[in-house]
Amino acid sequence: MDLAQRLLDGDRRAAARLITLIENGADGVELELKQIYPHTGQAHIVGITGPPGAGKSTLVSALARELRGRGKTVGIIAVDPTSPFTGGALLGDRIRMQELSTDSGVFIRSMASRGALGGLSRATADAVKVLDAFGCNVILVETVGAGQGEVDIARAAHSTIVVEVPGMGDEIQAIKAGILEIADVFAVNKADKAGAERTVMELEMMLQMNTRPGAWFPLIVKTVATSNKGIAELADALEKHLRYLRDSGELEQRLRANTLRELVDAAKEEFIGELWAELSQRDLATLTQSMLDHHLDPRSAAKELVRKFRNGS
Amino acid sequence: MASKQKEWEEGLLCKSLQRAPERREQFVTTSGVPVERLYTPVDIAGKDYATELGFPGEYPFTRGVHPTMYRGKLWTMRMFAGYGTAEETNARFKYLLEHGETGLSVAFDMPTLYGYDADQPMACGEFGKCGVAISSLADMEVLFAGIPVDEITTSMTINSPAAIIWAMYVVAAEKRGIPRQRLGGTIQNDILKEFIAQKEYIFPPGPSMRLIVDTIEFGAREMPLWNTISISGYHIREAGATAVQELAFTLYDGLAYVQAAIDRGLNVDDFAPRLSFFFNSHNDFFEEIAKFRAARRIWAKEMRDRFDAKEPRSWLMRFHTQTAGCSLTAQQPENNVVRTALQALAAVMGGTQSLHTNSMDEALALPSEKAARVALRTQQIIAHESGVTNTIDPLAGSYFVEALTDRTERAARDYFQKIDALGGAIPAIEAGFFQREIADSAHRYQKEIDEGKRTIVGVNDYQTQEPTSIPLLKMDPEGERKHLARLNRVRQERDNDEVRRRLQGLRQAAMGDANTMPYIIDAVRAYATLGEIMQVFRDVFGEYVETPVL
Amino acid sequence: MKERRKIRVLIAKPGLDGHDRGAKVVARALRDAGMEVIYSGLRQTPEMIVETAIQEDVDVIGLSILSGAHLPLFSRLGELTREQGLDRVLIVAGGIIPDEDMPAVREMGIRAVFGPGSSTTDIVDFVLSNAPQDKG
Repeated sequence: MDLAQRLLDGDRRAAARLITLIENGADGVELELKQIYPHTGQAHIVGITGPPGAGKSTLVSALARELRGRGKTVGIIAVDPTSPFTGGALLGDRIRMQELSTDSGVFIRSMASRGALGGLSRATADAVKVLDAFGCNVILVETVGAGQGEVDIARAAHSTIVVEVPGMGDEIQAIKAGILEIADVFAVNKADKAGAERTVMELEMMLQMNTRPGAWFPLIVKTVATSNKGIAELADALEKHLRYLRDSGELEQRLRANTLRELVDAAKEEFIGELWAELSQRDLATLTQSMLDHHLDPRSAAKELVRKFRNGS
Repeated sequence: MASKQKEWEEGLLCKSLQRAPERREQFVTTSGVPVERLYTPVDIAGKDYATELGFPGEYPFTRGVHPTMYRGKLWTMRMFAGYGTAEETNARFKYLLEHGETGLSVAFDMPTLYGYDADQPMACGEFGKCGVAISSLADMEVLFAGIPVDEITTSMTINSPAAIIWAMYVVAAEKRGIPRQRLGGTIQNDILKEFIAQKEYIFPPGPSMRLIVDTIEFGAREMPLWNTISISGYHIREAGATAVQELAFTLYDGLAYVQAAIDRGLNVDDFAPRLSFFFNSHNDFFEEIAKFRAARRIWAKEMRDRFDAKEPRSWLMRFHTQTAGCSLTAQQPENNVVRTALQALAAVMGGTQSLHTNSMDEALALPSEKAARVALRTQQIIAHESGVTNTIDPLAGSYFVEALTDRTERAARDYFQKIDALGGAIPAIEAGFFQREIADSAHRYQKEIDEGKRTIVGVNDYQTQEPTSIPLLKMDPEGERKHLARLNRVRQERDNDEVRRRLQGLRQAAMGDANTMPYIIDAVRAYATLGEIMQVFRDVFGEYVETPVL
Repeated sequence: MKERRKIRVLIAKPGLDGHDRGAKVVARALRDAGMEVIYSGLRQTPEMIVETAIQEDVDVIGLSILSGAHLPLFSRLGELTREQGLDRVLIVAGGIIPDEDMPAVREMGIRAVFGPGSSTTDIVDFVLSNAPQDKG
């Protein structure tokens, strides 16, 4: 039986293997993704990001437990950076999620960012589809708040939680990382520490200046993930946000925009794939040489390449 | 002097180096501290004898904590022992005492260390493997049967459940008619180093510290001869720390305990004399000696100046030493006897109050009787044959040792500043600071061995192919069954209503802010088991999950 | 364009002992050799380890144990891996395991044991040449 069918039948190993194939860009993975696509679109996808040391894994773990208590099945994808020097990665998010590891209603997957950020967001998006088709009601995608990668992932998520902690310097970390705009909910974690109130106040001020009238005003929830404080409120905030998305019609808009982007991205890749397969190596070498000699600029060379392709070179 | 040295360097030395270069470009200690070719009076110029060294038994105790040191009384030869049932360990204790050991030291098995009874699911497969299993007062009574606990001191390596094991020891003695005031010994009771290094924590830092301060307070009030904590660098070192990290992190932990007790409202001079320390003695001979000497000096200064302690007894640091378990090799295990001897010698030259020497077979399994005896004999040879005990602090004044002692102190103080900046010991633990520093050092050390930059005899050089022929310890295969039978008997024969009442009393105390010690003693006396008492705390305090540091 | 297939390794500590120095040193060495290493932390039951191995679809499981409880724990782990059809996964162990236990440990499906003094280079080499090669 193929992986997609086994996954739809609830086989955890098939789900796990399909994610591996996605990560490896393996042959045949497209066919599997094609089969599961009709079964996606059911889950509430939640991105969770924030600076290192903010307690994201603990928060994700506590949130997953809360969601389980509300009868939801949960998928977790924890993304950590690949070492640029060795290509390896140390993935330790599960340490904080131990008590979930034998709950059959939870599926956790650690992913390394591997190559480029664009690659990361696509592999993650596909892994999310796998867990969606597998039947997870809520999918939590945890990433280190570092900028563009998070913005890409946030686009694919319905709701994004940005985790802040008090006392990490004067500035709100999300501003520094350029991810203030992606937050639908802020979790001010470790809220038992000094400075939590101040962080909340600064966030509120920041949001009042930056939020368009009539748009969703991000909720701020104080949490202490290690002792489960504020976790129910955080889950409530997510539900509230999802309701807002549905009622306001924004969900529909987001999905449409996101789907269009996916289509365009996929089309680009399709096209480049075809281009690559059809092109003669000789044309490529000639054009490269012209650029090296500075007779042709990159854009003109590319136009020439496409022209040759269209004419069936 | 400096000009003379320059003359020597440019003349004789230079010529010699041209003829034959040195074996390495840089010489470093085991911890990676650079060591110069030669130390001279220049290296200790300006050093004030009275403020930096002083006399034995006097501030700052660099030369030792006692005015006569080993001329008066040798260190306590205290062999860490324990395996299987209380009966088996009791027999091992008696064997070691017969062969001249002068203090006891108990190793507990993993379920005991985690506060589980031997029949709880998490205890699966662990019974008696790393030490003796103690599930209730009944086991403790067997463990010390026939041993004069009023004449000998006992050290117990136990942390999260320390208060309960201590209570069992106290009640077992009192049932034999020995009052608690006459009991001498130590509970390790050092939770910070568990979070930092050994990872045998149970409760979060806050309640863990509260239990420790409960024991310190109780000890100060009722047990004048007992060391209520043994602030330990041993495990920090075993986890891969350098000598400087071991020293700095341990002493900083010590400062945190003192502060916590002061915050409870205790007077520093009432409890400080009962604080004790526990260090590792690793391979690098002089580095270890410098570490011990610096440790005493730093502690004295901090106790006097930071905490304003008035009593000299509060300033002096007494410590136990264990030779480095992590330095033992499974390859050619007989060589471990030599390593242990050198490490033990360093501990003695460093002025230790008590010493455990590892057995040669410990990289393979628990020590056999004979291996443990050779380890004990190693101490006796140092004490009675080597002559190093005849004078006090014989290496003082060595240009090298003094310079290294100073350097070690400075490096430790640099760490103090870093930890201060992070907000103290617990915030630094939560930020993973200690853990990362240690993991980095362990990684570096292993890399040096793998790359052949560091020689470990028999491991990455001078290897042999011969199979090891060390006879290993055989435990009683019926031990677990016997232990469980006793545990079941205890549960049947005790007054279960009384046990429930006392556990309820303990729960109330734990939820409030009363000192829990009297309630623990009450519960223990009614034969509440270790697992039952710990469950009360687990319910009230919750369990800690570590900050992942990779 | 296809990326080189990565070896995924689960490093886990079964049993109660907290000595994680070896586990972490090995985890770093495997990462430095280009592998993706999932470290699941202390006090892992065989059930937790096997479920994690499934979800993470690892090629290799590395077990580190120093408490002496290896026989019952490895035995249970062996049963579970067979039940769950994880036969392709390479399982190795590190820690203190006496020679006399080796035949039994091998029988339980542990392919290699790296005792005290093992070099990380040897461990990396063993994993590189024995990790299964059958996916993606």
